Amino acid sequence: MGIELFNNLLYGFNVAISLQNLIYCFIGVLVGTLIGVLPGIGPLATIAMLLPLTYNIPPVAAIIMLAGIYYGAMYGGSTTSILVNLPGETASVITCIDGYQMARQGRAGPALAIAAIGSFFAGCVCTLFIALFGPPLAEFALNFGSPEYFSLMLMGLVAAAVLAHGDMVKSLAMVVLGLLLGIVGSDVDSGIKRFCFGFYELADGIGVVIIAVGLFAVAEIVSNLGETEEREVFSSKVKNLFPTKEDLRQSFGAILRGTGLGAFFGILPGTTPAIAAFSSYMVEKKIAKDQSRFGHGAIEGVAGPESANNADAQCKFIPMLTLGIPASGVMALMLGALMIHGITPGPQVMIQKPDLFWGLIVSMWIGNMMLVVLNLPLIGLWVSLLKVHYRLLFPAIMLFCSIGIYSVNNSSFEIYLLALFGILGVMWRILEFSPVPLMLGFVLGPMVEENLRRALQVSDGDPTVFFTRPISLSFIMGTFFILVVMIFPAVRKRYKKITD
Amino acid sequence: MLIGIGMAAVYIAKDYRLGSMLRMGPGYFPMVLGVILVLFGINIMVKGLIKGEKIQGNWSLRGLILLTLSLVLFGVLMERAGLIPALVVLIFGSASAGKKFRLVEVCLLTVVLTVLSVVLFVWGLGLPYPLIKGF
Repeated sequence: MGIELFNNLLYGFNVAISLQNLIYCFIGVLVGTLIGVLPGIGPLATIAMLLPLTYNIPPVAAIIMLAGIYYGAMYGGSTTSILVNLPGETASVITCIDGYQMARQGRAGPALAIAAIGSFFAGCVCTLFIALFGPPLAEFALNFGSPEYFSLMLMGLVAAAVLAHGDMVKSLAMVVLGLLLGIVGSDVDSGIKRFCFGFYELADGIGVVIIAVGLFAVAEIVSNLGETEEREVFSSKVKNLFPTKEDLRQSFGAILRGTGLGAFFGILPGTTPAIAAFSSYMVEKKIAKDQSRFGHGAIEGVAGPESANNADAQCKFIPMLTLGIPASGVMALMLGALMIHGITPGPQVMIQKPDLFWGLIVSMWIGNMMLVVLNLPLIGLWVSLLKVHYRLLFPAIMLFCSIGIYSVNNSSFEIYLLALFGILGVMWRILEFSPVPLMLGFVLGPMVEENLRRALQVSDGDPTVFFTRPISLSFIMGTFFILVVMIFPAVRKRYKKITD
Repeated sequence: MLIGIGMAAVYIAKDYRLGSMLRMGPGYFPMVLGVILVLFGINIMVKGLIKGEKIQGNWSLRGLILLTLSLVLFGVLMERAGLIPALVVLIFGSASAGKKFRLVEVCLLTVVLTVLSVVLFVWGLGLPYPLIKGF
């Protein structure tokens, strides 16, 4: 086992170290840091925007780059939180509290450094975690038949909807709507066109990129335009980057605990890095000897959450890579990216495309290292970027969205679809329907249907097949368990309190 | 509040259409989903009515309309007139959706972004779009 792991990692190292993959990894983390620093544009929208542009590069490099954007954004978000008291990403909202206080006390340097160190540590641990647990999990999943897959996806979708913040019924409704949208196009078995409304452009289904860009990028711009723009960069020079021995001693435990919490939440579908970061903050505050320091620049309040959100972001890759189940909106897009490159997600990925799996894992580790090197010396550059006004930024975002979408099929029809989903996205935002469950449902929709049908075909239309096979039964029971637990008002209230 | 319920009603009506126009066989799965969705829709609407929920959140109607409009125009111009006119309209249109509109600044932005994307996408990535063409 140990030798095998070592060999696999070595193999991955060989893949990741190739010049091409290194360059794409670098581009990924650079873009990720950039959008992480800039508030108002998140990793989901960026990945959706850049996805069409990765058609021409090999799949391994494309996935490495897209993953880099994701965890790069987790790093970048902390910079804005600490220096501007404005979260660059939702995941680093909690870092604002103590990080900004530290900056005001002239300790911005140590705060930034500890955030980077914590994130790096979490990144390393989680990379190892994926390498250790990914293969056995995938091996286990190889025994799954259609009934198991159906039940597993059902559980994943229900969990994602229930754990997502916001109204549970609304989220479940969005999952169902997403599944429906996923059905648009030709039926796999009969070739009959469904929900095409006479548009031949819809015969291949709606592109995942169109939905993602519409719901996240366009809708986000509209809601940002409704807000007043105010941004005050904390102007004092960032100097004295190195944390003191005392800082390191105080943060060490927080980083460990944050990583653990993040890894735990990371595997749960539907939870966001923000939830992991928040719970880490609560834990640190609770176990601290002197709670009054929190809110006044406690370094644990930066170290814990920053480790947690990075750990969460990376562990989200585990279910995606081994089972083909997306645990978050970004992972749904990653699955979409795999499919666009002709790779069927699922446990067989590890066997058929070992270069993808191990290359990605090692590239994440390399990427994390690049981020530390990239972030700390270049802080000044990132800060000056914050002075770019949003009114100059969003037309550029629109431009990237439009050209990106248009270049997929060179079709204007898809631009109109994009506009439509933009409007829907805004509407749903106002009505407080979360678009993430819809994304998950949309990506999984065709797979859910296929497995349901195949399972029923094999069992001659007998629906008990889902309950008589033990693995499938345990997933179904898991689904019910999640639903029942969340229906209890006490549990729900408590959970809502954490997530809000 | 009224708008919220109205929108919810539209939302549900749309669901109904989806639910009922299906064939059996390939339509089985969507049929089930449609029914579930309608049930959820009713649940949400009833809850909304009882609580009298108010809609909130930041957004700008002007932004929504102008952004959508510039996207559609981009689509049309891309087919009829080529990349450059489409880009100019898109950037100009979406920039005017912002709160502060400064003519000089926007013009400058349009030029810079257009040149940049022509260089990046057409020459750099080799996307086969005509820069400009007659109607």
